[in-house]
Amino acid sequence: MIQLKVNGATRKFEGDPEMPLLWYLRELLELTGTKYGCGMGLCGACTVHVDGKAVRSCQTTMASAAGKSVVTIEALKGQHAVQKAWMACNVPQCGYCQSGQIMQAAALLKEKPKPTDKDIDDAMQGNICRCGTYQRIRKAVKMAAGVRA
Amino acid sequence: MSENTLHVVERRAFLKYTFGAGALILGTHVEAFASGADTAVFHPSVYLGIEPNGTVILIAHRSEMGTGSKSTLPMIMADELEADWKRVKVEQAIGDEKYGSQNTDGSCSIRDFVEIIRTAAASARTMLEQAAAQKWNVPAAECQAKNHFVVHTKSNKKAGFGELATAASNLPMPDKKSLKLKTDSEFRYINKNVPVVDQQDLCEGKGVFGMDAKMPNMLVASIEHSPVYGGTLVSFDAAETKKVAGVRDVVTIERFKPPHNFQPLGGVAVLADTYWAALQGRKKLKVEWNLGPNASYDSDRYRDSLVAAARQPGKIVRTQGNVEAGFASAAKIHEASYSTPLLSHAPMEPPAAVAEFKNGKVVCHAATQNPQAVQETVAGALGIDKKDVTCHVTLLGGGFGRKSKPDYVAEAALLSKKVGRPVKVIWSREDDIRTDFYHSTAGMYVKAGLDAGGKPTSWLHRSVFPSIGTTFDEKAEYAMDLEMGMGWNDLPFDIPNHQAENGPAKNHIRIGWLRAVANVYHAFAIHSFVDELAHLAGKDPVEYALSLIGPGRKIEMNPVGMKYWNHNQDQKTFPVDTARLRNVIDLVAQKSNWANRAKGGNGHGWGFAAHRSFLTYVAVATEVKVEGGRVRIPNMHIAVDAGKTYNEDRVLAQFEGAGVFGTSIAMMSEISVKDGKVQQSNFHNYNVARLPEAPETVHVHLIKSDAPAAGVGEPGVPPIPPSIANAIFAATGKRLRDLPLRKGLRA
Ligand code: FES
Ligand code: FES
Repeated sequence: MIQLKVNGATRKFEGDPEMPLLWYLRELLELTGTKYGCGMGLCGACTVHVDGKAVRSCQTTMASAAGKSVVTIEALKGQHAVQKAWMACNVPQCGYCQSGQIMQAAALLKEKPKPTDKDIDDAMQGNICRCGTYQRIRKAVKMAAGVRA
Repeated sequence: MSENTLHVVERRAFLKYTFGAGALILGTHVEAFASGADTAVFHPSVYLGIEPNGTVILIAHRSEMGTGSKSTLPMIMADELEADWKRVKVEQAIGDEKYGSQNTDGSCSIRDFVEIIRTAAASARTMLEQAAAQKWNVPAAECQAKNHFVVHTKSNKKAGFGELATAASNLPMPDKKSLKLKTDSEFRYINKNVPVVDQQDLCEGKGVFGMDAKMPNMLVASIEHSPVYGGTLVSFDAAETKKVAGVRDVVTIERFKPPHNFQPLGGVAVLADTYWAALQGRKKLKVEWNLGPNASYDSDRYRDSLVAAARQPGKIVRTQGNVEAGFASAAKIHEASYSTPLLSHAPMEPPAAVAEFKNGKVVCHAATQNPQAVQETVAGALGIDKKDVTCHVTLLGGGFGRKSKPDYVAEAALLSKKVGRPVKVIWSREDDIRTDFYHSTAGMYVKAGLDAGGKPTSWLHRSVFPSIGTTFDEKAEYAMDLEMGMGWNDLPFDIPNHQAENGPAKNHIRIGWLRAVANVYHAFAIHSFVDELAHLAGKDPVEYALSLIGPGRKIEMNPVGMKYWNHNQDQKTFPVDTARLRNVIDLVAQKSNWANRAKGGNGHGWGFAAHRSFLTYVAVATEVKVEGGRVRIPNMHIAVDAGKTYNEDRVLAQFEGAGVFGTSIAMMSEISVKDGKVQQSNFHNYNVARLPEAPETVHVHLIKSDAPAAGVGEPGVPPIPPSIANAIFAATGKRLRDLPLRKGLRA
């Protein structure tokens, strides 16, 4: 049996330990804010925080999440500075990638509260936005960080 | 051609048919699956209703895939109605022909519906004002709707929309000619940067996409399709699959009967309690296919054959003057071949839908651009009436044309019928990239006869590509009118001898329409060639392009053997107007400070292209820095005349996004096929622009225009690839004539 914390609540899981955290969140807990985009760690749509770090939940097995604390987009409840900046900049187009983008950006700002352009490039390049909202993402990250655009 | 083709091609005609008499939009009958507007006390139109508690229900009948149409159309209605946006409920419509076309592609949601919905909202407003006038016994002309109330200033009386709803519902519909539409200065929501209705949900992970839709007791399916287009199932062994925990069933779906239209490809479906279990089961399937005649298809060889075919005479589709005579008397000849690859749409959300078949009827929830095509396709697959298919439309995680083709929804419905439970079909990214309806590959040839000053007196452009028409007629070998009318046989250059020819191309894979469609390859060849000619003549590329376009004028297009497509719009309302094209070029030159740009060389340069598509005029100036095989795009300027706009921030966003989408096409995206099998499968080998590869800043410059609203979602894309290719030439002296450019740059 695997025990883990999801958005603060303790959860027990008895299924396939090789199951990716992504499908556990989406299908068993019905936390569908975390998205599937590639299943190979290539797009970032599935990004969540595990013990405070941004990870790709499609590449995180339940076995490796055992004993860890998982935070998903649902836990941010629109209150996070990144979400507020996202709304101020009207970032989303279709919105499908944005949960992952926001979780990635939130982790970046935790680690580097005043990121440079290079920091933003490095942190965000794993998150694909097919609609092409990148320049607003960059602007919103800076707004959330309170650095000049 | 099938009925579906008609919907794609003759959308406008269909609209006219639906709305010709003006009867339907103001009809008041309640359907079996009634919307919130239909059941409201006051519902003067299928698009809007008002409840006695004052709630205004506005119907979004077009799909939301990121352009903002779900918000913008209702916002226009709210504004015209003088409703308070805070008291509006936006409801996404099910598929129903009473709304007119719901096929959300072709960049026409605003263009085709703005008049209809403003008329509907103005009618409702007028009736509310009349109801108040009757109530207070004052002249209607003295009553004015203002922010969800009707007010009579003289007597200081005021009544809410809800309070007036019942009385308004008993009044006759006002004559359309008597309606007074608001003036632009009276707008409160239009172009006022009001966020889209789903914005907060999308930032909180609460938006419901096709991938998130569910039905009680559903199974989830993953489907193995033939790896080669048109292959048929010989046999399969699911013994190991059925041992996987959570797998409930393995069933087959029959292959389509040509033409494939939007029918399912056919295959073997693994149904399980969860998608994860279905995927595990699918890995253990043993399937044998008869791959059929397309198993020898090789896209590289095929592309070479298209380029070779474009060097041969083809069917003449436009001609004026005498090109051969022009070439014979030219001071100089320049010619070049260009080619572009197959492309996959790769919307961030792969295709997904859930459906239930029960008592001879289907209810489904789908990420679809076209719920009416869902009705038709599902009905066709199951042999039921399309009225018995209810299609709820979820949010779409991108569409770009892929989700206009509802094969995956039909799969869900067929599977539900087979297993007697609701079934959700999810395409993996691999399924999506390997079995798409691909953007066509093209071979093109352009030849110019030049006068002593380097200006063309004769212009020949041949284009050869497998047509979208093969979706509806598998034997089609020549392009459809709409493909030829996309920036090719409507090229507005001032050249006396001009000819366009289309060669035949047999098809071996599903071809579909992708954002901006045939404009993409035509624009690449034409505007790259113009840049080549400018450099040959030693002229500034912008000045040179302006000289080719000639003076500002409206040009009547008369291609040969067809009607000029013009997006099914008449050329009086939407002429090919070179004055507007010149305007956007002047604007982009001014905003990008073109005259003082870095002159090129040393890996730093600027490129330019301008193109009319979707009735919109776009000019682009792009700055590149080439470092080894890597291209950075510090700045991209896009000047746009899209006619009148209604949600400026979303218009800007569409062109910013087009800058990125166009960069993917220009630099890195390519689908290749060997032995009939698509070689790419996911984002490691099907490349799309990531943040550091995208333009750092796309500066969008909108021209304020009173011309009728034109397209926004697509027309930004076509000029991007040639502007980048031309910038790379300026930076490096390398002329790259084949997409994606990165390949040539690294060669
Ligand atoms: S779904 Fe996990 S990185 Fe794409
Ligand atoms: S907003 Fe559509 S993929 Fe990013």
